[in-house]
Amino acid sequence: MRMQKRRDFLKLCNFIYAQSTESWGEFFLGGRRITRMSRSSLITSENDIDIGLELTGDEDDVSTLQEGQERKRHRGRRKAGEREKKKRPRRNREASAAGEAKEEESQAQPQKGKRGRRRRERTEAEEAEGNQRGEEKHAKIKSGKAEKTRKNVRNEKTQKKDQEEEEEEEEEEEAGSRNSKRKKRRASAKEEEKEEVESKHKVKEQTQEVKEKKKKKKKKHKKVETSSEQDTSEEEDKDEADNEEIGVRPESLTPEELEKLKEAVDERKKLIQGLRGKPWPMKKKLVTLRESQEFVEKYEGALGKGKGRKLYAYKVMMNKKWMKFQRDFENFKTACIPWEMKIKEIESHFGSSVASYFLFLRWMYGINMILFGLTFGLVMVPEALMGRPYGSIPRKTVPRAEEASAMDFAVLWDFGGYAQYSVLFYGYYNNQRAIGWLKFRMPLSYFLVGVGTVAYSYMVVIRTMARNANDSGVGDDNSFNFSWKMFTSWDYLIGNPETADNKFASITTSFKEAILEEQESRKDDNIHLTRFLRVLANFLVLCCLAGSGYLIYFVVRRSQKFALDGLDTHSWWERNEVNMVMSLLGMFCPMLFDVISTLENYHPRVALQWQLGRIFALFLGNLYTFIIALMDEINLKREEEKIVKFNITMWEASLYNGTVSENSTALPITIQPADVPRGPCWETMVGQEFVRLIISDTMTTYITLLIGDFLRAVLVRFLNYCWCWDLEAGFPSYSEFDVSGNVLGLIFNQGMIWMGAFYAPCLPALNVLRLHVSMYLQCWAVMCCNVPQERVFKASGSNNFYMAMLLVILFLSTLPAIYTIVTIPPSFDCGPFSGKKRMFDVIQETLESDFPAWFSKVFSYASNPGLVLPFMLLMVLAIYYLQSTSKSYKEANVELKKKLQTQNEENKKKNKRAALKAQMDLEEAKKATSHGDGPEHQKNNNASLKDQEVDWEDNQGNGPRLYRGRNERNPSALRIKECHLPATNAPVPRSHHHGSHGAPGYLPGLPLQSEPRMYRVPSMQRH
Amino acid sequence: MGNKQTIFTDEQLDAYQDCTFFTRKEILRLHGRYHELAPHLVPMDYTNDPDCKVPLALIVNMPELKENPFRNRIVESFSEDGMGNLSFNEFVDMFSVLSETAPRELKAIYAFKIYDYNVDNYLCKEDLEKTLNKLTKEELTPEEVVLVCEKAIEEADLDGDNKLSYADFENMITRAPDFLSTFHIRI
Repeated sequence: MRMQKRRDFLKLCNFIYAQSTESWGEFFLGGRRITRMSRSSLITSENDIDIGLELTGDEDDVSTLQEGQERKRHRGRRKAGEREKKKRPRRNREASAAGEAKEEESQAQPQKGKRGRRRRERTEAEEAEGNQRGEEKHAKIKSGKAEKTRKNVRNEKTQKKDQEEEEEEEEEEEAGSRNSKRKKRRASAKEEEKEEVESKHKVKEQTQEVKEKKKKKKKKHKKVETSSEQDTSEEEDKDEADNEEIGVRPESLTPEELEKLKEAVDERKKLIQGLRGKPWPMKKKLVTLRESQEFVEKYEGALGKGKGRKLYAYKVMMNKKWMKFQRDFENFKTACIPWEMKIKEIESHFGSSVASYFLFLRWMYGINMILFGLTFGLVMVPEALMGRPYGSIPRKTVPRAEEASAMDFAVLWDFGGYAQYSVLFYGYYNNQRAIGWLKFRMPLSYFLVGVGTVAYSYMVVIRTMARNANDSGVGDDNSFNFSWKMFTSWDYLIGNPETADNKFASITTSFKEAILEEQESRKDDNIHLTRFLRVLANFLVLCCLAGSGYLIYFVVRRSQKFALDGLDTHSWWERNEVNMVMSLLGMFCPMLFDVISTLENYHPRVALQWQLGRIFALFLGNLYTFIIALMDEINLKREEEKIVKFNITMWEASLYNGTVSENSTALPITIQPADVPRGPCWETMVGQEFVRLIISDTMTTYITLLIGDFLRAVLVRFLNYCWCWDLEAGFPSYSEFDVSGNVLGLIFNQGMIWMGAFYAPCLPALNVLRLHVSMYLQCWAVMCCNVPQERVFKASGSNNFYMAMLLVILFLSTLPAIYTIVTIPPSFDCGPFSGKKRMFDVIQETLESDFPAWFSKVFSYASNPGLVLPFMLLMVLAIYYLQSTSKSYKEANVELKKKLQTQNEENKKKNKRAALKAQMDLEEAKKATSHGDGPEHQKNNNASLKDQEVDWEDNQGNGPRLYRGRNERNPSALRIKECHLPATNAPVPRSHHHGSHGAPGYLPGLPLQSEPRMYRVPSMQRH
Repeated sequence: MGNKQTIFTDEQLDAYQDCTFFTRKEILRLHGRYHELAPHLVPMDYTNDPDCKVPLALIVNMPELKENPFRNRIVESFSEDGMGNLSFNEFVDMFSVLSETAPRELKAIYAFKIYDYNVDNYLCKEDLEKTLNKLTKEELTPEEVVLVCEKAIEEADLDGDNKLSYADFENMITRAPDFLSTFHIRI
């Protein structure tokens, strides 16, 4: 505790010494004030120190001003001497505990002297004002603490006071300075007008020049406040926190004070939390952080006195632990994100648009990992470990007829044979209600995982969309065309010369286009022709779509015929026709669309949108044709199933009769499960179709990648040596990375996963594998054989566009899956739901057998349409209500923004007018006082900034400083103004203007950098 | 840790994590990059806050910044002295602001500083001209440049003083659809 105090005090002293040179006057004024104040308030009540401070301070300001000025000089000299003298006698006096605090304080002083000086020297040259401010604040808090302890001590031992008169005086001087500063900060935050009046009083007694400065400074100060609201409020908070500290003594805390302290602590905590978002230099942030942490640490213990104290301390401790854990977890999480460096490399080579594809791919990978975890952990593994083993029941055995070829690669590749009768597909699962020693409810788990997959996907997609919507700007109006182009068109991610060149070129053309558009509304050379061509193009595209749809339907129907004949009789092509046709269509149709779209003569961005829309339509059409064809097949299978079912009963009966007649005493007949006849199991068939589709799609993607990109790049690269034209620059060239096509491919692939995952639990696993390989393969391909895009499209906006597409696909793909689950009865002899009428009956069953009777009763009542319908109606109403409120909020927001803007403008105008007037006044005054020696004056100022600083400080010293701490930028601004003003008729370094114009546009919290630059900027006439 | 050299104490790392948008690993990586820039200048051991600065010329040559037309301005606006000498703190600060997670407001403040060439807290015509010339590699004709700058100011200037104050700039940039995605450097 003592050490802590001591350290605190050292810091305080450091600061004071550093500040002392520029604020002697204030010190002594403050000293004067505090002597009065302390005598009145300390003796009476300590609790209202705040008020006492303020009142006495305000009175004193005027009355003591001149005294202070006079006293300042000799006192300043005396003080230095005193300190040295006092050092020795005090060291002997270690008598009472009460003396200790003071003792430390005084001992610290010489040390601080040295330290402060050293520090000051070191930092003087480079320290930005923002920094100083931070330090000051720092010191101020310390001072609050130190003072508090000191006063406590004093309170207890007031009799000692007389004995240490001399010492006390000095202390009081210090305290005075602190108080005055504190007061001022508070006043500046809260009592702006009051202070202004005050300052005017003072100003009258000052010289003309000082008066001018003060006024201007005042204005500046105010302006800064209006322009940087955020920062100011921050400061106010801090000020308040500082003020509150005065009243705090851990020993005698009233509830209100406790409350205040708590608030202050909370304030600090908030500050720590939001520190990273502050536009301060790092040094200041670090200092503030350290200091806020110290504050919190110190005073958190003082809170929650009495019985709540222990609990509070415990809570605080746990909170800290929790925070630490959270941070570690966060670190761990980011460490787990894969491919960070790979993506970074791509980003720097190709800019943000190509990288956005890979980010999307990674995001997809994450989602699929979770889906895979769900299906793998809750469905596949339990069945494989705890379910009946392979070969135990018919549905888990390869039928006798297929046994011979079950292990052939061709069959396995088609996911027939052993692959078909495994955990990979729906049919393998048994309808046993509970399996293994865990009594794992397999069918229920299967159903819930299927539902959960979809639900989770919806949740993630919608959440991401909401977040993206938050991130992206409003960006719908076109009012900032040029400014946006100018300030946001450069992609800071680009780190590759070639890409940079492309980017430069594309920016230049975009500017040229914009200029052209601006200069003349675009000439429509032949509107009829364009219209005709566009209609023609759309017609062609529609033809393509219809053709591809028909082709798929045709092929699927044909494949059904082949399937009925048996697969062995057909060639590889005939067996894989459907998938191949679909993949090929997906590959070539977009190219066709691209060719067609050249007819249309759209702006590239519009053309891209059309292209995306068409590809989307194509994929969707293909997918739905495929599904419709599958539905036909399902119906066929179900017909078949009926026949098989009938046959089986016949077969069983005959078997039974036959065996009974032979010998009735024999063991129950043992039939190999492989010999049992079985139904077609349409679920497995659907699953297989989807898996095949995914596989062939993946293969096509990879092969196109290898041929279209890699082979082309190799050919272009090496044939270029012996070719008659330049292959690299000319026709084939290298390929570009097709972001939109790839994203669409990914989205549709995901749609198929969602559709098929219920019938083939292995699909997420396959997809994870595919995405993983894709990541590496495409990363490699893009880096090795693609060139940066000629026209660099921005990634922005499209992000949520892709998400919206994903959502649409998700909806469209879950639709058929849900339809089949709800309407078609499951197969009678395969899958976890066999024997039930509908798949979702598993819920009913669980409710009846696993929950108490009343629960199922309640549930059955709840699920009665009379209740469900009103509930749904209510939900719809709620949605409607929320939507309309959000709309009105949005409107109100816009309104407020507008209001704020107009207010801002008004303020600015007002400020400008005031500034202009002040400038005029000043000029007049200047002219009156000194004719013609302006340039000289200015030269002096420029030549020796240091001198000026001293000058200025002296001036400051003449009266109490009103503005310190609030904004250290002011002095420089003032200084600059000073040198600018006389020079309106002479060339001035340009940056000098920033003082006079700086106020409204002042950036919150930015350190001032202009001073060193001031000398570098060549002189240039501005007005 | 074992015999691995400690670069930062845990407290320092925590403080940096509080003050920036980086995780522990990234801060260490940043230090690695910073050290790489000037191995003879920058010590490996940062536990006692050594006071060293890396000059602009070295920083600008980082692959992340090399192609950026505003690289000098970026480094200058983050340096305390305005000349582009960055201490490690400022270096971290720079990449923190340019990181993906930094909020739009913070980015806007620093973007304004970057485009404010003459540091007068206004984007005046000269600033815009310089920006435009850097952006297009001076391939626009002077008339076009003037036209574009005029247009840009006309669009964004709310108070009609023919230059953009921070408020104007912020108003404009917060609506820009791709400010966040482009004003971003991954380290």
